Amino acid sequence: MGNKLLEIKGLKVHYITEDGTVPAVDGIDMEIEEGETLGLVGETGAGKTTTALGIMNLVPDPPGKIVDGEIIFNGENLRTKSREAYRQIRGNKISMIFQDPMTSLNPVYTVFDQLTEVIKLHQKVGSGEALERAKEMLAKVGIPQERGEEYPHQFSGGMKQRVLIAIALACNPALLIADEPTTALDVTIQAQVLEVMKDLKKQFKMAMILITHDLGVVSEICEKVAIMYAGKIVEFADLESLFTNPSHPYTVGLFNSIPDPEEDVTELTPIKGLIPEPTELPPGCVFNPRCPDVMDICKGEFPETVELSPTHRVACYKYHKGIGGENK
Amino acid sequence: MAAKTSDQAVAMTTPAAKKKKRSQRAELWRRFKKSKTALIGLGLLALVLVTAIFANQIAPHPYDGMNLMVRRQPPSAEYLMGTDHMGRCVFSRVVYGTRISLVVGFFAVLLSAIAGGTIGAISGFYGDKVDNFIMRIIDVVLSIPPILLAIAIVSAFGGSLVNVMIAIAIGYTPRFARVVRGSVMTIKEDEFIDAARVLGASDYRIITKHIMPNALAPVIVQGTLFVAMAILQAAGLSFIGLGAQPPTPEWGAMLSTGQNYIRDAWWMSVFPGLAIAFTVLSLNLLGDGLRDALDPRLKT
Repeated sequence: MGNKLLEIKGLKVHYITEDGTVPAVDGIDMEIEEGETLGLVGETGAGKTTTALGIMNLVPDPPGKIVDGEIIFNGENLRTKSREAYRQIRGNKISMIFQDPMTSLNPVYTVFDQLTEVIKLHQKVGSGEALERAKEMLAKVGIPQERGEEYPHQFSGGMKQRVLIAIALACNPALLIADEPTTALDVTIQAQVLEVMKDLKKQFKMAMILITHDLGVVSEICEKVAIMYAGKIVEFADLESLFTNPSHPYTVGLFNSIPDPEEDVTELTPIKGLIPEPTELPPGCVFNPRCPDVMDICKGEFPETVELSPTHRVACYKYHKGIGGENK
Repeated sequence: MAAKTSDQAVAMTTPAAKKKKRSQRAELWRRFKKSKTALIGLGLLALVLVTAIFANQIAPHPYDGMNLMVRRQPPSAEYLMGTDHMGRCVFSRVVYGTRISLVVGFFAVLLSAIAGGTIGAISGFYGDKVDNFIMRIIDVVLSIPPILLAIAIVSAFGGSLVNVMIAIAIGYTPRFARVVRGSVMTIKEDEFIDAARVLGASDYRIITKHIMPNALAPVIVQGTLFVAMAILQAAGLSFIGLGAQPPTPEWGAMLSTGQNYIRDAWWMSVFPGLAIAFTVLSLNLLGDGLRDALDPRLKT
C-alpha cells in the first residue's frame, strides 16, 4: 500500500446536447492507492457513472466528451493512449461491473463462453487453459462448475452478478470499478454479493471504486469515500473521518436522512429540495439552494477545496479562513 | 457466509435446475410446435425438400425426354400429370423443377441476407452519419419495385438462372439491411454490449460475436418468408422469358409454355402452378410459425 494506483486531476466530462451543455462531471480530483477501496457516493445524476465511464474512456460520444483533466493510472496518463492501447487496458488492468446483472450477460452464450472470451482476449492462452481458468473463477465466486455450461437466463440475479464479478476479475485487474453492483438485488443477496467482493478483493489485492448511494454499504467495505453532488466531489475523506466528522452540509444532510433505529421516528429528515436540473445548475456552489448554512458568498463561485486533515478534503466556504467559522 | 453461498448454489443446481436445463433450441421447438399451422408448414416443406433431393429416384422419366408420339396427353397411370407439347412427362418436370426453385430461392436469399446483414449491421452499429448515408442509398434502391429491378438487371446481363438469382438478391438486400439495422440499434444499447466493451472487445468482435447472434431471429423469419417471395419472383421472371432457358424444367417457364395450350391441355400449366403455390404456402406457414416462436413477447 501507499503506492498511488489511480489519480484523477480536474476531470471534466460534458454532455453536449441541443438543450445545452451538461457538465456531468465538472473538475473532480481523487486518488486511489493500490489495494484500496473508494466509495463514490451520490444521488442519481450526480455523475458517478459518468466518472467511471470517463476512467474507462467509454463515455458515449456523442453527446459525451471528456473535456479536460488527467487520468493517471500506474504512472501513465491514460488520456494520451490510443484506442487500441486502451482496449488492452480494459478488462485486463481495469475492469468494470454494472448495476443490472440481468442484462449484462449476452443471452446467446453460455457462462463458460463469456468467461473464456475475456481470458482469451487478453492472455495468450489456449482454449483448454482458458477453460481451466474459467472454472477456477467460477469456484471463487461460489458457483458450481457444472453450471458454467448453462445460459444466463437459467441463473438468478445474484448468481448473474457473481458470474459478472468472475468475468471482471478473470484477468486479475489492478482496479475494479463496480457501478452500483448490488442496487438491483434484494437485501439478502446484496449481502452475499458484497461478501464475495470483499473476499476476492483481499485475494486479488486489487483496488476498487465502488459506486453506490448506500452509505451502509460504504461503511462495510470502503476505506475512502468521495461524496459527489451535481458533477463535483464535495467531500473526500477516509471512512473514519467521514463517519465521525461529516463536514460538507450535503454529507451532513445525507447522514441526517438515515433514520436511527434506536429512536422512534415518525418522519424522516430529508434534504430539502431536489437535485438541480443538469442544464441549469445554480451559480456558485451547486448545493447552495438546498444548503441549510447558505451564505452570500456561496452564490458567487464554487468554493476551493479545503484540507481539514491530510486525508479529509471538503469544498465548502464554511471551512474557508475568515469566511465561515474556522472549524465546526 | 461464503460457504453458505456455495451451498445454496449447489442446492439450486440439483433437481430444479435439471428441469430448467433445456437448451434454447429445445425451448424454441416447444413453442414452435404449439402452432398447428407452423407444423403443417414444416411438414409440407419437408415434403418439398425430399422431392428436390430425391428427384432422380422419384421422377419416372427424364425431364427432357421427348416422345412426340405422346404429345399433350391427359394425366394417366404412365404420365401422372400428363405430357406437354413435346411429349415430356409433366410430373417429372415438376419434380425436377423443385430443385431449381429451391436452389434459386434459397441462394438468392442467402446472398442478400449476407450482404444486407453486413450493411445493416454497420449502419445500425455506427449510426449517425454512416447510417444516414447508407440508409439513403437503401431508400433509393427500395423505391424501385423489386420485379422491375430484377427485370432491368436480367435484361442487362442476359437471362440465366444465375443472373436471376443475383438480380433477386440485389432486390432483397436493402430489405434485410433494414431489418438487421433495426435490431442492431436495439441490441447495441443493451448493457451486455457495454460489458463487452469494458472487457476490451473491439468493434468488429462486438458486432460479430455479440450483436449478430442476437439479431438473428428476425433475419431467420424474414429469410423464410423472402425465400417464398424469391421463388415466386424467379418463376415470374422465367414466365416472361428472362429466367431459365429451355429445356430447364423451371416452374415459371412451364407455366408460360402451358398457357398457350390451356384450352386443350390444362395439366401443362395447372400442375407447375400448384407446385409453386404449394412450396410458397409451406414456406409462409413455416415463416409465420417461426415468427411466433421467436417472438420474445410471447414467451411463456
